[in-house]
Amino acid sequence: MNKILITNGHIIDPANNTDQSGTIYIADGKILASQEQKPDFTADITIDASNKVVCPGFIDLSVRLRDPGQSYKGTILSETTAAASAGVTSLCLPPDTRPVIDTQAVTELIADKSEKANYTQVYPIGALTNQLAGAELSSMFALKQAGCIAVSNATAPLASLLVLRRAMEYASSHDLLIMIHPVTPSLSNNGCAHEGAFATRYGLPGIPEASESIAVAQCLELAELTGCRLHFSQVSSRRSIIKIQQAKKYGLKVTADVAIHQLHLTEDDIEPFNSSFHVLPPFRTNKDKKSLRESLANGTIDIICSDHQPHDLDAKLGAFPETEPGISSLETLLPLTLRLVQDNAITLSQGIAALTLNPATTLGIESGTLTPGRPADICIFDPSLSWTVNPENWRSAGCNTPFWGQTFKGRVTHTLQTGKVIYSL
Amino acid sequence: MTNLQLNTEGKLKHFLTIDGLSKEILTEILDTAESFSSMSEQRVKKVPLLRGKTIVNLFFENSTRTRTTFELAATRLSADVLSMNIATSATSKGESLLDTIRNLEAMHVDMFVVRHAISGAGHFIAQNTAPHISVINAGDGQHAHPTQAMLDMFTIRQHKHDFKQLKVAIIGDILHSRVARSQIQALNTLGTKEVRVIAPKTLLPSHVESMGVTAFNSMEEGLEGVDVIIMLRLQKERMTSALLPNEREYFNCFGLSEKRLKLAKSNVIVMHPGPINRGVEIESCIADGPHSVILQQVSNGLAVRMAIMALTLQSYGEA
Repeated sequence: MNKILITNGHIIDPANNTDQSGTIYIADGKILASQEQKPDFTADITIDASNKVVCPGFIDLSVRLRDPGQSYKGTILSETTAAASAGVTSLCLPPDTRPVIDTQAVTELIADKSEKANYTQVYPIGALTNQLAGAELSSMFALKQAGCIAVSNATAPLASLLVLRRAMEYASSHDLLIMIHPVTPSLSNNGCAHEGAFATRYGLPGIPEASESIAVAQCLELAELTGCRLHFSQVSSRRSIIKIQQAKKYGLKVTADVAIHQLHLTEDDIEPFNSSFHVLPPFRTNKDKKSLRESLANGTIDIICSDHQPHDLDAKLGAFPETEPGISSLETLLPLTLRLVQDNAITLSQGIAALTLNPATTLGIESGTLTPGRPADICIFDPSLSWTVNPENWRSAGCNTPFWGQTFKGRVTHTLQTGKVIYSL
Repeated sequence: MTNLQLNTEGKLKHFLTIDGLSKEILTEILDTAESFSSMSEQRVKKVPLLRGKTIVNLFFENSTRTRTTFELAATRLSADVLSMNIATSATSKGESLLDTIRNLEAMHVDMFVVRHAISGAGHFIAQNTAPHISVINAGDGQHAHPTQAMLDMFTIRQHKHDFKQLKVAIIGDILHSRVARSQIQALNTLGTKEVRVIAPKTLLPSHVESMGVTAFNSMEEGLEGVDVIIMLRLQKERMTSALLPNEREYFNCFGLSEKRLKLAKSNVIVMHPGPINRGVEIESCIADGPHSVILQQVSNGLAVRMAIMALTLQSYGEA
């Protein structure tokens, strides 16, 4: 195994409160030491990280690889390549692949394909119910044995609150984390935009905030009843945040993430009928955006994820309500997080914690820190390097991003996964 | 929005929505329509403005009335007209819409008049069709029905002259109405003093005030002193989706009766985009009475659609 030396970098490791320049030593796929001198260390590779930030590799809780099943949108190879170039060293794959992740055979297929793509840390999220149909519990124990890191019904609805309660009880019996996309389907009513001024003006069916906050409230009540470990995926509204904040104060085991684009765009930014902006949950109001940013700063929301959803061209070619929702967002994850720092919404250390330490804690994995002995998952980025979102720089198979053509500051230059350089600019 | 509808010289290229169009453009449409409106009374009801042009009516949603006026308007301008009713299932995707357009483009048409059940369909076609083709939106989902709004403005102008002095009330299912959205935008662009909407909360979109209207939940309050009353058609399916209890209660609360009409100004005009549900949104005696301009709206529809077709194909003034 290669010995790697990373010198002169600005090391940020929130787990150890590190925020200073230093050196990192890597051997046998693990962090050997950081900061202190290792005079007897002979490196096979030395990376000069002058003027760059060295931090733990990012852990992304929601990345659709579209594989198996929808390889016309993206493949494990194309999307893990995009992930590596974005500094993401561990990613969670939601269960709505085709076939869905509800058997060991599917998790094995995913592991096999990831290995062939030379990207090792793909964590499948198991289906909460069989076929994601919302009625019968999946074989959660078997799925856990097969490597599923959590269980979720993705965006598919559950038949009743009783099913949710039982799923929570059963998941917690096997100490499995439950991830919930909080939505009340009858209130969302097939809407495609936030129920507000934008939807009204353009005659689009709206999704009220209450669709999300009611689901959050129900899940919190049931989490208290069942004692399960609960995580909310892609929270978008102020009212949901208030409820999560109360629950955390009360001592409930609950965490939450927000999709990076929700921290930047609102209904006011949507170009009329431009399907690149079609995303669920929908872009809400300025008030919600402000609240999301504040909750990230005060720790109510723990984690930033990409909610990466690559699409083929046809999926986005049509009248707005008929197009498929979702944004290809892995590659804008870091620059948009840096933009939050630039806007003084959060500190750089908070931003990096939301991408590394906090998701690692929620998932209960060893990555997400530069502590000696931990896997050498490392992201090195140049915070002042400008780049433009264009075909030359883009690696995901999906070009569906509202940021297409925009110029960003901050770019990943090296990504190391368990001590292997899987990307360098 | 604006850019998509206008050509590089700022002239109307597509007519998809009132949103983003200037007062000057709306006035030009009304003035042009005026010059066409006397034509119907002439012995030869035809001008050669669009001779040699091919117009395709693409109706993904059935509407005999609207389609017929577009056909007649095109015929009076001497264009060749092809009307297609394309039944679509709710699950049909953009690809098939685009394929339909591409196939027709290959036959060298000059204009699409499109009606579609999905909001934004007109924009999508305008963005994806060949550059020489003009697109007129004949109603898309709950978004816009701009030709209907313009014929309503034309009718109001015939009777009331100055929009700046007017109070206009739109009554009924604002939430699902593309007509109401376009009317509100047109009235505000033309400088109307006050635009009101009257409906129960179930039929008002959220943040409706952001469109520049005052919202009322009672006819008694909303009709006070208005110059123009616009009634909207109530679709039967609103009862089954828990938006309204029944037709009788709706009429009792929001129907236009003789008694309520007295709350408005004495020279008020009553409009309706048709077809009317007599006894549901409006009493028969009002629909047929002296304040009603409902049939004038229908005949004005022809002149206004001729004007919009001529202007978007940039042939008016050249001939």
